[in-house]
Amino acid sequence: MQWNSIGEFFAMGGYALYVWGSFGACVLLMVAEPFLVKRRLSEVRQSLIRERLADELDSQQRSQ
Amino acid sequence: MRQSIVQWFKFASPQSFYPLAGRLIPWFWSAAAIFGIAGLWIAFFVAPTDAQQGEGYRIIFVHVPASWMSMFIYLVMAFWAGLGLALNTRVSGMMAQALAPTGALMAALSLWTGALWGKPMWGAWWVWDARLTSELILFFLYLGFIALQAAIDDPRRADKAGAILALVGVVNIPIIYFSVKWWNTLHQGSTINLNKAPSMAQTMLWGMLLMALCFWMYSIAVALMRVRAIILERERHTEWVKHAVE
Repeated sequence: MQWNSIGEFFAMGGYALYVWGSFGACVLLMVAEPFLVKRRLSEVRQSLIRERLADELDSQQRSQ
Repeated sequence: MRQSIVQWFKFASPQSFYPLAGRLIPWFWSAAAIFGIAGLWIAFFVAPTDAQQGEGYRIIFVHVPASWMSMFIYLVMAFWAGLGLALNTRVSGMMAQALAPTGALMAALSLWTGALWGKPMWGAWWVWDARLTSELILFFLYLGFIALQAAIDDPRRADKAGAILALVGVVNIPIIYFSVKWWNTLHQGSTINLNKAPSMAQTMLWGMLLMALCFWMYSIAVALMRVRAIILERERHTEWVKHAVE
């Protein structure tokens, strides 16, 4: 390992902005994307469940 | 037809592909996490400091995987789009649609990390060099594909229009790949070549390959999640979808 201290690790030999800017952007986008996709999936699931409940209520009222 | 082939064709229907994708997703997330942790460990704690670029070269561990995936996802997307156009299978178009945003994300990351690498090493965030320009065109092709599909209401027609755009755009992939050979560019040549030994330290190479595998598994996992959402959205009028969600 080439780091003598934590400070040295974060300084990245003077390239901190560039190295952490690159890795940071990757982490940010690769966390945000699955989060947004998960939300899209649960939104369509929720609306399908609501639709089915509405259908069930509809058929109950009609049978009464 | 042989039984095994028939079984594979079964997954061309959204109804059987939806649960299969659901079962596969956790495996791809786990693989992405394992490769990512191993890759990052090598990238920061095992790989030595570069003789010329100091610690700045470590950007390679995300730049190269993102760039590879941006090109590879495009090829896969065009393959699915073409298959959908030729065979009119429903899942193919959905797969192409699910891959596009992830491909655009990889192209964006490739350009972003490239700019952050270019500034300290070349002294410029951006140059209109063949490699960089063709990668920017790839990013715009993804955005164009997404915008074109979003602009057409009928999903089957959107698939067809998107497929033609995707297939025409494939010509850009070899241009990106060979740009460093065909033109005199500022961008360095490929570090990994099929017919000669890689021009980098073994540990650096391993770190890069592990990170590439992590990006690969991530892309599959997130695309499968998105294709599940697309299946439910597009098939919501069908009977099976009503019973697929509890």
